[in-house]
Amino acid sequence: MTRTITGERGRAHGYADLAGLMALMSGDEKHGPAATSTLDVLWVLYDRVLRVGPEQADDPGRDRFLLSKGHGPMAYYAVLAAKGFVPAAWLPGFGSYDSPLGHHPDRTLVPGVEIGSGSLGHGLPIAVGTALGLRAQGLDEPRVWVLTGDAELDEGSNHEAIAFAGATGLERLHTVVVDNASARHARPGGIAARFEAAGWSTATVDGRDHEALYTAFTAPHPGRPHVVVARVAPKTA
Amino acid sequence: MDTMRDRLAPVLTRLLDGDPRVAVLLAEIGADGFTEAGRRHPDRVINVGIREQLLVGAAAGLALTGLRPVVHTFASFLVERPFEQVKLDLGHQGVGAVLVSAAASYDWPAGGYTHMAPGDVALLGTLDGWTVHVPGHPDEAETLLRHAVAAGDDKVYVRLSLLSNGDALPVDGARFRTVREGRAGVVVAVGPTLDDVLTATQGLDVTVLYATTVRPFDAAAVRRAAGAGRADVVLVEPYLAGTSTAAVNDALTGVPHRVLGLGVGRRELRRYGTAAEHTAAHGLDPRSLRERIGGFLGAAARH
Repeated sequence: MTRTITGERGRAHGYADLAGLMALMSGDEKHGPAATSTLDVLWVLYDRVLRVGPEQADDPGRDRFLLSKGHGPMAYYAVLAAKGFVPAAWLPGFGSYDSPLGHHPDRTLVPGVEIGSGSLGHGLPIAVGTALGLRAQGLDEPRVWVLTGDAELDEGSNHEAIAFAGATGLERLHTVVVDNASARHARPGGIAARFEAAGWSTATVDGRDHEALYTAFTAPHPGRPHVVVARVAPKTA
Repeated sequence: MDTMRDRLAPVLTRLLDGDPRVAVLLAEIGADGFTEAGRRHPDRVINVGIREQLLVGAAAGLALTGLRPVVHTFASFLVERPFEQVKLDLGHQGVGAVLVSAAASYDWPAGGYTHMAPGDVALLGTLDGWTVHVPGHPDEAETLLRHAVAAGDDKVYVRLSLLSNGDALPVDGARFRTVREGRAGVVVAVGPTLDDVLTATQGLDVTVLYATTVRPFDAAAVRRAAGAGRADVVLVEPYLAGTSTAAVNDALTGVPHRVLGLGVGRRELRRYGTAAEHTAAHGLDPRSLRERIGGFLGAAARH
């Protein structure tokens, strides 16, 4: 079941509204697989997993979601609008000079956005530090989530973070890799295998299947960080 | 005499003991000094291994949760290798950290060019909002370290070096200090170059300013020292020559002026040896400095 919250002007937004919210940015009701590759992952996270909402945007105890793959953020902005972090009225300005909504998100401009991203390979190292910072302050509840793309994992900085988090058993750290088979020089099953070799708990699921995503997102992983590889249609298909 | 870096772990250990916001991040280098601190504060002394992109990225993550990260390794691996992390994970995210480097421009000449970072201050100069401290003595390093950690959520770079002046001077973390006054020119000596500059300018009718904080650049001090007429200013910097030449030009837009920027040369020497040999090779020893400064200022500077 999909929960909804009451958005601006008392309007309730659900999953079915996301296409319309994205259309406010793109001017088109139809969106290809590239624009929506992260949509279901984001929706399930914000709707059912993350303990954060517009009222907790500055709460030290909130869950952190870091969009590392800052490319193609329309789906992200649509979900943030649906959940009341940003007004839907901002969406039509997407990418314009006066808009806070750029083609890569900026945390200082958009409520609810935890990091500015766009250059690939920065989210996981920052998430490691966020997890360490929360632990050092005795904040045991908040979890940290990072969304990366499969091609983004080509950046070596990710592997510094993956190795460190696995070896130190950074349990509160979660990564979801949206895998649209866009990585150059990839090997089948290589993503999960690399996380697993570093000591992570892993799950690989259909990135469009909300129940499968929810199950994978909430699977227990005591003493280890957790990665969910969410497979979606190949970018070039 | 102990070194600036000898002060690092004791000072940071006391700051870790006293301030729950302080966290220290390391990438193996310098980790031995923090063994005891790490036992006392296992969650706030973090050695990420030889992973410098993670080092700076993780510091940003700590800062995002409200901590005050202090990050230490050699300058080449702290500023140059993870420069995009410095630019984006700190600057673009709008969070601060204290970066404390060692090895400077040629502290370990036998280690070769891979461990030399003469360009660090110039690189940070391309970014907005950085404070850069270049202490010239271990006592000054200790004071400036404390300044840096206490500077709210500012982005602060502290450049430690094995090179040092014989005596410490009072430093305030912001302003240049007038060490000598004269009428025929202004020499700005940065950090550990002061002793050599004072030797080199003995008998010359020049003002010597001592700079231990070079970003922001104390333009007012340069303007005061330059006076109302035409001005000749020599910069002596222990890193890439010319790093602050534009800052002097900006300070003196109101008066006709000339600037000579001395410092470490851009050309790779491909030499090992000692720091003294490298200082001489870059023309920063007292005899070379006297020739270059005297030649630039001309007869007017000689009493």
